Amino acid sequence: MPPLLEIRGIHHRYGEQKAVRQLSLTLDMGQIGCLLGPSGCGKTTVLRCIAGFEPVSDGTILLNGTEVSTKDFCVPPERRHVGMVFQDYALFPHLTVAANIGFGLHRMEKSARAARVAELLQTVGLTDTATRYPHELSGGQQQRVALARALAPRPDLLLLDEPFSNLDVTLRERLSLEVRDILRQQNATAMLVTHDQDEAFAMADRIGVMQAGEIRQWDTAYNLYHRPANRFVAEFIGQGVFLAGRILDADHVEIDLGTLKGRVQHACAPDCTPCTDHPVDVLIRPDDIVHDDASPLQAEVLHKAFRGADILYTLRLPGGAVALSLIPSHHDHAIGGTIGIRLEVDHVVAFNRTAP
Amino acid sequence: MALLVLIPVGTVASSFLVPADDVWRHLAETTLPGLLANTFWLALGVAGGTVSLGVGLAWLTAVCEFPGRRFFSWALLLPLAIPAYVTAFVALGLLDYTGPVQTALRAWLGTDPGWFPDVRSRGGVITVMVLAFYPYVYLLARNAFLTQGRRSLEAAQSLGLTPRQGFLRVALPMARPWIAGGTMLALMETLSDFGTVAVFNYDTFTTAIYKAWFGMFSLTAASQLATLLVVIVLATMLVEQRFRSRMRYAEARQGQHMRRIALSGGHAWLAAALASATLFLSFLLPVTQLAIWAGGVFSQDFDRRYLEFFGHSLLLSLLATLLVCGFALLVTYAARRHGDALTRVAVRVATIGYALPGAVLAVGVFIPVAWLDNRLADLAAAFLDSGSGLLLQGTLLAVLAAYTTRFLAVGHSPIDSAMQRITGSIDEAARGLGLSGWAMLRRVHLPMLRGGIFTAAALVFVDVMKEMPITLMTRPFGWDTLAVRIFEMTSEGAWEQAALPAVALVLAGLLPIMLLVRQTERH
Repeated sequence: MPPLLEIRGIHHRYGEQKAVRQLSLTLDMGQIGCLLGPSGCGKTTVLRCIAGFEPVSDGTILLNGTEVSTKDFCVPPERRHVGMVFQDYALFPHLTVAANIGFGLHRMEKSARAARVAELLQTVGLTDTATRYPHELSGGQQQRVALARALAPRPDLLLLDEPFSNLDVTLRERLSLEVRDILRQQNATAMLVTHDQDEAFAMADRIGVMQAGEIRQWDTAYNLYHRPANRFVAEFIGQGVFLAGRILDADHVEIDLGTLKGRVQHACAPDCTPCTDHPVDVLIRPDDIVHDDASPLQAEVLHKAFRGADILYTLRLPGGAVALSLIPSHHDHAIGGTIGIRLEVDHVVAFNRTAP
Repeated sequence: MALLVLIPVGTVASSFLVPADDVWRHLAETTLPGLLANTFWLALGVAGGTVSLGVGLAWLTAVCEFPGRRFFSWALLLPLAIPAYVTAFVALGLLDYTGPVQTALRAWLGTDPGWFPDVRSRGGVITVMVLAFYPYVYLLARNAFLTQGRRSLEAAQSLGLTPRQGFLRVALPMARPWIAGGTMLALMETLSDFGTVAVFNYDTFTTAIYKAWFGMFSLTAASQLATLLVVIVLATMLVEQRFRSRMRYAEARQGQHMRRIALSGGHAWLAAALASATLFLSFLLPVTQLAIWAGGVFSQDFDRRYLEFFGHSLLLSLLATLLVCGFALLVTYAARRHGDALTRVAVRVATIGYALPGAVLAVGVFIPVAWLDNRLADLAAAFLDSGSGLLLQGTLLAVLAAYTTRFLAVGHSPIDSAMQRITGSIDEAARGLGLSGWAMLRRVHLPMLRGGIFTAAALVFVDVMKEMPITLMTRPFGWDTLAVRIFEMTSEGAWEQAALPAVALVLAGLLPIMLLVRQTERH
């Protein structure tokens, strides 16, 4: 069976400006994918290409194994069975909530349509608001109406464009989990676009980190964090600092604080297999440095940010380098004081040294 | 300020308390059913025509792509510069039995074809008015289509609707308040129109009021007719407001990338042809014909009298503009200072004058002025022991009062929207920096209001210049303006002579259109 969505090397231009370059990905039925990246990286354009609102200037988009976009033709959006939830929801202001949800069911019989609308209203928990107009709803409710409207015609693929960006932070977290449950329950395949990693981690099975129109890594959240394929992904996802180091052999890297043991990835080019004595930058995440009063390694506290359960410390390491550390908040150390630390790196991530 | 409006309306309405005199009975029995039917069909025809033409063109220029779209998107507003009665007499002059078109046709065929439609007909009036008033619908509908963005259409498409279905089920219903608003404007113009129907000899309420006034000298009959007209106008307004009820229409965010619907070959040319034909008939043809006529009579007709007409028009327009802008500023400040319900209602009433046809206002202003005049004359006679004559009646005061009442709304809305932009926090910030009273007015408010005041002044100036029935009915004896001159010439069928003042009006009318175009071009 072909993947539900397959994108093969598409390009897209707005006039002279290239918005998307050589982009490929696949999504299987029932999966939730996500394009994650800073604003202006072309992620929304990819979504609009999949929906059919933008033509591709090269490459192919296949839905269920059928070509829908090539550089020569573009199946119009209304014939793709692809639903879309817009960033501003684009609810029809002249229609009630129920009429909005039933809008895409225009080929259905009246009774069947009413039943489907009622079912969706219940799914998104808005049965009481069926006869209201969109402007009478809160932002979160409007968001759910937009979702229900897009789901109503049972699209093969659902696209969500920054679906939570208009909501406040607390609502955003709750709704993203809720929406994920709804999508799972409807067994929907979905593709989401966001600039918020927490949202991407909460919702998606596969995440593509985008930069300047290209996907830099298409992977699970776990791998993006612990096995970033390149420096951009390593810096974009999560927090961390790079410390100068040297590769000793395939399993060991040496930095100022000592030797790290673990499978060394991504250092230098694949053809220089021995890799010995190669200068690298090693990624140290805040959770790689743990608190240990007994440790001989003492770091100076430069800055601290209280976060409730833990404190994010900015530390000056003995060699002079600066690193971040996430430490349970009952270990309260004053700025300027020292703190005992220990390295606990499970995944050694190192990249070729860029700066001399 | 609201009194200014209420007095004329109250006056005309109170005429129904007076027992009906013979003239009225005569009118009611003979002409009233005809008037009602005429007005009804005219309103229906103009509404239907302006909506189809205006909305169609708005959709083409706002959302589609076809050759010449950029040009047409502003050029289609140009007909607003030509008063409807000018288009009317040009159409008559061209298409009448003795006009060049029919004459040429007869010469070509050798006989009278007989099938040529009579221009002086219901269809003729409706066609001329549609051509003159469609830009109101076009302007507002286009604005709606532009601001609603492509998002809603995309949403409809992603739900399985073709672009055509999306237009019918989403774009059109969403634009309904704007379309209704534009149609209302066109209808108001239609109902209050005097010049066009007078040229065509098509009897409606406004011409009947005029005839009752000058032909039968019956103030009562004139004001009773006026009341009926006001009732019709207000009823139309109420119906429109009911339509909007609970729905609210948020504007989509601007500045998003818009991909226009590219029309395919045949359709694109059809669109361009429709836009060209409309522009040709409603603007190019009348303007060209006017220029030819005016050029022909210029040498013999242009003399000192014209400078006088022009001077009168200019003086009246300037005075009225000053008055209207002053009052509009007062009204907006009053509303800003006192936000209570009474003030808001008063402001609404004060700005309703635009809905009152000029002929009605002329009657409504004349009666109280005449009354006041007689009291003053009595008073003077009692004290001075000699007749002082009438002081106010037939002076510019009466004309200006009627103008101010009618055009206050025109001046109020741009000034008010400029005032809305001066938020309370701007006042507070200025006060915090040590400004107050006049200094605040001079250094903060006036610079921010300048654009609004300018727009208001330009709009009022041109509207007053084109105004016909008020000027005709309340002007001092012998005080002729350009519009009055046009009326006199057209009522004698002297199209060429009428062309000269018409050219001046069209040129003046281009001024606010340029402002409007500049505004729409920003989208």
